[in-house]
Amino acid sequence: MGMTLTEKILAEHAGKEFVAPGELILAKVDLALGNDVTSPIAIQAFRSTGAKAVFDRERVVLVPDHFAPNKDIKSAEQVKMMREFSKEFGLAHWFEVGRMGIEHVLLPDEGLVVPGDLVIGADSHTCTYGALCAFSTGVGSTDLAAAMVSGEVWLKVPETLRIVLSGKPRKWVEGKDVILHLIGEIGVDGALYRSMEYAGDGLAHLPMAWRFTITNMAIEAGAKNGIFPFDGITKAYSDARPRSKYEVVTADRDARYAEELSVDMSALEPVVAFPHLPENTRPLSKVGNVPVDQVVVGSCTNGRIEDLRRAAEVIRGRKVHDGVRMLIFPATQEIYLQAMREGLMETFVTAGAAFSTPTCGPCLGGHMGILAKGERAIATTNRNFVGRMGHPESEVYLANPAVAAASAVLGRIGGPEELP
Amino acid sequence: MILSGKAWKYGDDVDTDVIIPARYLNSSDPAELARHCMEDIDASYAGKVSPGDFIVAGKNFGCGSSREHAPISIKASGASAVVARSFARIFYRNAFNMGLPIFEAPEAVDAIETGDRISVDMEKGILRNETKGKEFRFSPIPPFMQELVAAGGLLNYIKTRKKGS
Repeated sequence: MGMTLTEKILAEHAGKEFVAPGELILAKVDLALGNDVTSPIAIQAFRSTGAKAVFDRERVVLVPDHFAPNKDIKSAEQVKMMREFSKEFGLAHWFEVGRMGIEHVLLPDEGLVVPGDLVIGADSHTCTYGALCAFSTGVGSTDLAAAMVSGEVWLKVPETLRIVLSGKPRKWVEGKDVILHLIGEIGVDGALYRSMEYAGDGLAHLPMAWRFTITNMAIEAGAKNGIFPFDGITKAYSDARPRSKYEVVTADRDARYAEELSVDMSALEPVVAFPHLPENTRPLSKVGNVPVDQVVVGSCTNGRIEDLRRAAEVIRGRKVHDGVRMLIFPATQEIYLQAMREGLMETFVTAGAAFSTPTCGPCLGGHMGILAKGERAIATTNRNFVGRMGHPESEVYLANPAVAAASAVLGRIGGPEELP
Repeated sequence: MILSGKAWKYGDDVDTDVIIPARYLNSSDPAELARHCMEDIDASYAGKVSPGDFIVAGKNFGCGSSREHAPISIKASGASAVVARSFARIFYRNAFNMGLPIFEAPEAVDAIETGDRISVDMEKGILRNETKGKEFRFSPIPPFMQELVAAGGLLNYIKTRKKGS
């Protein structure tokens, strides 16, 4: 009997020939990740075990990205705790402010995750690395602490939902629209406890940046992970990184899937998610008149150089609307530099936007772009829950970078094609 | 073990951002997190909850972030358990790892209103709505979870395994 991509990676890491959905396994992790919100609790739990070392100092990665650069004394204390832990236990990968980035963009870009890996992270968007044909999933701080000690994690093997993508997306439609469309179709618990595995000839039209965006939001459908098959696009990305040795995993032809869905990407238009759930989606043409106070381009979902290029393409030679604040967050220092070299930074600043150092800040209502009561934002981030970006009576709309940029010019939600 | 208390009922998709808003995540002190528990969905919860009470909710409770601060704040608020139609998966793990009992009991949820007195027999999988005089059965905790609970949580479980190997 065959196995899906997720089942194959889990079996390999559990030292088994075969695993089936529902089975509980103990699996070896290739990488365990924490950030400045989740690491402090993990570090306390780690110390409580009396462990003298982490299981592998090359494989525990701590990234201070949520409230960093530190927004207040409490955040500074949390990051200090991580910094000291990294030094004490000799962690090979500690990312200090100025050399860091948003974790889920940073790790693949640095080559710390490669195809076939099993990664857990104390952050729900750890599912991002599935774009590389790795198994990755979000866990809590206690799971992270246990993995830092033992190098293992307990997992229940998920059922798999197969999603067949076909067609070529139209101009201004991107990975973000594919995943928002899917979440709109199946709901925020539509893939609960399941793996979302992508397939189909439409994959040829999905660059890595779009795949990362799609797997990043698997958690927004309740999924355990999202995963793409390995192909030439994955190979080109992976071979350009420092850790170029990896194992290619393929799904068996007779793998069993719990359910199958199809998406014809050529039929999609840009999608906008309305408050207060990512499943409240509408095609851009059905949005109506929705004025916005703030526009955010960035986050682990859409803070890549491709996203910045797209937003810059729309805003170049135009001005941010009088009533709008536009904030741009490149996800890593490398992307920041690249945006500078390509002149994107100048494009944004000339248009009247703010250009920031990498941080998760506004995405989770942490800092650097908090909404006041009654304010409304359109963002390329991943969640629009009540109070997500600030006041519980503010609103967040989710969209792709081109739509976000066009909305910044229009002062209301709209697409690039509406611009004069 | 039998748990007993009043119910605080909420709807579907109660997310981790309303359970404990990110603006408080620059702390991991349980007492401080408890003061803001459920704040963005029900500002009155933290002031009114009594020890032993239950949070009762619809589908996909705990969706969103992996922040363990969510089950920590619920536990520290005094709640004895969460009963829901279904749970988001990371929250489900975290609750067990933290020692916060949670139960999936869809029919029972439909028959509970805020203020009802309920009791839960964890071993037998029986939930009683004392106020309405109704009784419901739910699936007891899976064996692996029982092992985790018996070991005293995930970290103790790992410690025991390390000693054995």
